[in-house]
Amino acid sequence: MSQNKNINLGYINLFNTHIIPVKFNYHAPQTLEEALNLLNKLKDKARVIAGGTDLIVDMKLRRKEPEHVVSLNKIRELDYITVDSLGVKIGAIVKLRKIEKEKIIRERFPALYEALKSMASIQVRNMGTMVGNICNASPAADTAPPLLIYNATLTAKSLNNERKIPIEEFFKAPGKTALKEDELVTEIFIPYPPQDSHSTFLKITRVGMDLSKVSIAVLTKFNGSIIEDIRIALGAVAPTPLRIRRAEEFLKNKPLTEENLKIVQEIVAKEIKPITDVRSTEWYRREVAKVLVKDALMKCLEEEGGR
Amino acid sequence: MIKIKFNLNGRSVETEVKPSTTLLDLLRYQLRITSVKRGCEVGECGACTVLLDGKPVNSCLILAARVDGRNIVTVEGLLKDSKLHPIQEAFIEEFAVQCGYCTPGVILTAKALLDINPNPTIAEIKDALSGNLCRCGAYHQIINAILKASEKIKTRT
Repeated sequence: MSQNKNINLGYINLFNTHIIPVKFNYHAPQTLEEALNLLNKLKDKARVIAGGTDLIVDMKLRRKEPEHVVSLNKIRELDYITVDSLGVKIGAIVKLRKIEKEKIIRERFPALYEALKSMASIQVRNMGTMVGNICNASPAADTAPPLLIYNATLTAKSLNNERKIPIEEFFKAPGKTALKEDELVTEIFIPYPPQDSHSTFLKITRVGMDLSKVSIAVLTKFNGSIIEDIRIALGAVAPTPLRIRRAEEFLKNKPLTEENLKIVQEIVAKEIKPITDVRSTEWYRREVAKVLVKDALMKCLEEEGGR
Repeated sequence: MIKIKFNLNGRSVETEVKPSTTLLDLLRYQLRITSVKRGCEVGECGACTVLLDGKPVNSCLILAARVDGRNIVTVEGLLKDSKLHPIQEAFIEEFAVQCGYCTPGVILTAKALLDINPNPTIAEIKDALSGNLCRCGAYHQIINAILKASEKIKTRT
């Protein structure tokens, strides 16, 4: 320890690091009301930090330079998972890892469980939150496709208002949501999927830790060989995560034959609008989306057969 | 400056931090806890892993101001009566260290795993280590060391 005292700390701090290069004011409200008051006052000058696993990286890379950072981690009233007869409610600061460990999630929402388990590392899942993952509005957000097929609803609160936003209406563009500048998402409600339905999540990444090149969540409910209910959502293939309604409408009340499967693959390929970026080309994403649609539907069919 | 008070390796620490100071910088440069390593700075490599309320997190992604009132453990906190922790012993015995840069983070991740799962399978160890990169590629020895540590802990208690 004694030799450490000679180190010039100022020098080290500037050397070979990206300390956060942004000057900002830090707020740590203790209650939701305090937080909403702050947002009402600061408006777009403030960024909310739940887990911080996206925002801190963005601030280090100067992609975001907020004047004010409002931390939610002291607001205990937002740290809850409640289960009732309709579904599961998850507060804004519940960690991804905690949701993943919840028995009801593994048993009733397998697509969400698979998505959570596949995300980044355990360290990141111990910090990050699902509400943060959704509000960051990355087209590749892994929890988005499962929440889309389960028809999740977000509760948005501002100082004077509260409203429910269906998740399908929440994403507007990369990083853009339906949220107003003084609003905070306080809760995600996920209703139980229909009895005897099956759901699954699949994704393609380069290595485990990477962001998804393409991700998909599918829910099916069969009546005999006929598909009674079908929901398909994809991530990283358009400016926002999205439901593929046309494919769903086509498959509804039909059997899952090889021919129908081929048509659905073509509909999906037409409906998505992938881009070429560092992770994949547009062509590759389209081809892989087709494969994933088939794989996910076949997995649901297998589960139905094995029931 | 923001006043914070938290528990570091069993001792209470009171200090002042800038809003932009990360937990990593607070530990290394203000408190001189140098086992915590600076790696990728974006939460991918795990070299900066610390235990926050017993759970592994990336200290490079946490604003120091946010650990107010929390519990932090680093490798320095694993010593008991100046004796090494069984995981540390196992890492030495199994040569699970090559350059050593990832080691403190790996040991803390291993501790968090063994705390909740005293008998991990190899698959569970690999899953737990998914956020700790070892660029020397000593994973084989690391896994053996964690298996050995699990035995050591069981026979001692």
